[in-house]
Amino acid sequence: MNQQQIEKIKSLPQYQQLVKERSRLAWQLTFIMLIAYYGFILLIAFAPEVFKIVVLGNTITLGFPLGVGLILLAFALTGIYVRKANRDFDRMNQEIRDEVQL
Amino acid sequence: MNLFARCAIALTSLTASGAVLADDGSFFQPKTVMFLLFVLATLALTYWAAQRTKTAKDFYTAGGGITGFQNGLAIAGDYMSAASFLGITALVYAQGYDGLIYAIGFLVGWPIIMFLMSERLRNLGKFTFADVASFRFQQTPIRVFSALAGITIVLLYLIAQMVGAGALIQTLFGMSFEFAVVIVGVLIIAYVTFGGMLATTWVQIIKAVLLLFGATFMAVGALYLSDFSFETLFQSAIDKHAKGEAIMYVGGLVKDPISAISLGIALMFGTAGLPHILMRFFTVPNAKEARKSVFYATGFIGYFYILTFIIGMGAVAFVLGNPDYFNADGSMIGGKNMPAVHLAHALGGDFFLGFISAVAFATILAVVAGLTLAGASAISHDIYANVINRNASEKTEVMVSRVATVVLGILAIFLGIAFQSQNIAFMVGLAFTIAASTTFPVLIMSMYWKDMTTRGAVIGGYLGLISAVVMVVMGPNVWVQVLGNAQAIVPYSNPALFTVAIAFAGIWLFSITDKSERAQRERALFDAQFIRSQTGIGAEKASEH
Repeated sequence: MNQQQIEKIKSLPQYQQLVKERSRLAWQLTFIMLIAYYGFILLIAFAPEVFKIVVLGNTITLGFPLGVGLILLAFALTGIYVRKANRDFDRMNQEIRDEVQL
Repeated sequence: MNLFARCAIALTSLTASGAVLADDGSFFQPKTVMFLLFVLATLALTYWAAQRTKTAKDFYTAGGGITGFQNGLAIAGDYMSAASFLGITALVYAQGYDGLIYAIGFLVGWPIIMFLMSERLRNLGKFTFADVASFRFQQTPIRVFSALAGITIVLLYLIAQMVGAGALIQTLFGMSFEFAVVIVGVLIIAYVTFGGMLATTWVQIIKAVLLLFGATFMAVGALYLSDFSFETLFQSAIDKHAKGEAIMYVGGLVKDPISAISLGIALMFGTAGLPHILMRFFTVPNAKEARKSVFYATGFIGYFYILTFIIGMGAVAFVLGNPDYFNADGSMIGGKNMPAVHLAHALGGDFFLGFISAVAFATILAVVAGLTLAGASAISHDIYANVINRNASEKTEVMVSRVATVVLGILAIFLGIAFQSQNIAFMVGLAFTIAASTTFPVLIMSMYWKDMTTRGAVIGGYLGLISAVVMVVMGPNVWVQVLGNAQAIVPYSNPALFTVAIAFAGIWLFSITDKSERAQRERALFDAQFIRSQTGIGAEKASEH
């Protein structure tokens, strides 16, 4: 890439939109994961008695849906990102490449 | 004491006990046969891979032609170590719910890797993470720093794996510790030297499939004996466990908020800085496959950790109290890390015990192969081809990498034997802390922060490395437990909260105060780097075969 191409790509609306949308989604999902995980950690540190609440039958405590839910959340978030990227980001990226013939 | 400490102590304690599981003296036991089958299959695979490993790109990245699904399995195979399989099930067996807390910590770094790093790594990198870190900076200082940090992480991880491997194989197959370590070292040298990344990848894929299959069978078996009711499984575990109902709650492993958050940071961001994991992102053809591989990896690893919890609880319900699995003094045969192995026998007899033993061996080989390749690449690609001899031909570079593999393999054997009876409990924890405080901050800042300069990266990175080593050495895991002092100087066993902050602050401070001309040039290069990281224009392509 030379300076001219760099300026050209930076000025493309598709490029600006791609960067904006991808950054927004990536940071949103990152914050969800950070808040969920460190929320869980802080709950363990400050309110461990919450984990003693029995939610199902006689033995299954709140800790289980929380813990397993966190694992499923992590997987679901990666799925959301891949879905959005496959559907929109790749198309936008291809438009940029077509535009600058690279 | 943290998880790493527990795992490693449990693994090393095997050596002391010298117990051998269910050895009837016959050579053709199921476990020996399965072990030999695995070794033969992987050597045949290596032969096949060797035919296809010619260029540097083949050697480091398997030609860049691994699919997202394959790479997802290989990442899972690279990451799920024998220590996490046996260690986390043993932790659940001993502590109950606390084991799940650790398992979660090992998983939550993966989404972060996907959102912030995977695509950019693929678009910017070639063979090693240092290619990305040094993209717009002065090559020599960044390469030397990356290689030093990378090799330190690899060696710490390698020692822990080799000592654990020797002890485990000794227990499962009745070999001597030294012989077991030599076998692991020799096989690794064969895989990586001849088959490069292609053989390493397929060993990791096969291991991941075997491990996921074996763990699924065990979890389903434990549930089958409980009429497929978690209620019944947990009730029988509560009835048998000395802690009773307490195994269902948060126990004493997480003490104060600082330690809890610090451990979370080490696990989450350490995962994103492990050289053998980062290297896997250069084996796929493009950014799309890179992110897909994290999606599959997160699914497999998350599923695996849910299984380890069920297996741990299953071991409480069906192994605890069974005299077949305990010595006369009440200690578990083979050591504290054996609940999963005994459960395999309780559920599926000698045949399934053989299968799980072979899986444990495969697990060790896959992780050690990935580590060795990452260490050899740092030596040949970052140090030799980009610092010592920049005019080196591709052929020479691959040659150096193969020699480095052999040297690392032999070094791993010696280190494994040298540390056999040392207290190495802190090593994996230290490796994660260093990764979170060196490679992770330098990589993420180089990709996201325009104003970073070579000076900031190098000084910040070294500050992270030094503070991580010093604070861990002065902390309870080394200062008290290894060096035998009464009181730790640093009260936290996981100092990542501080050392990661030190690294980021160092990178920031020494970059913004850098007014040199070179710094201006490096900032000006950010636009081109950013566009390539976003669009993949100019990125490395997969080779044609």
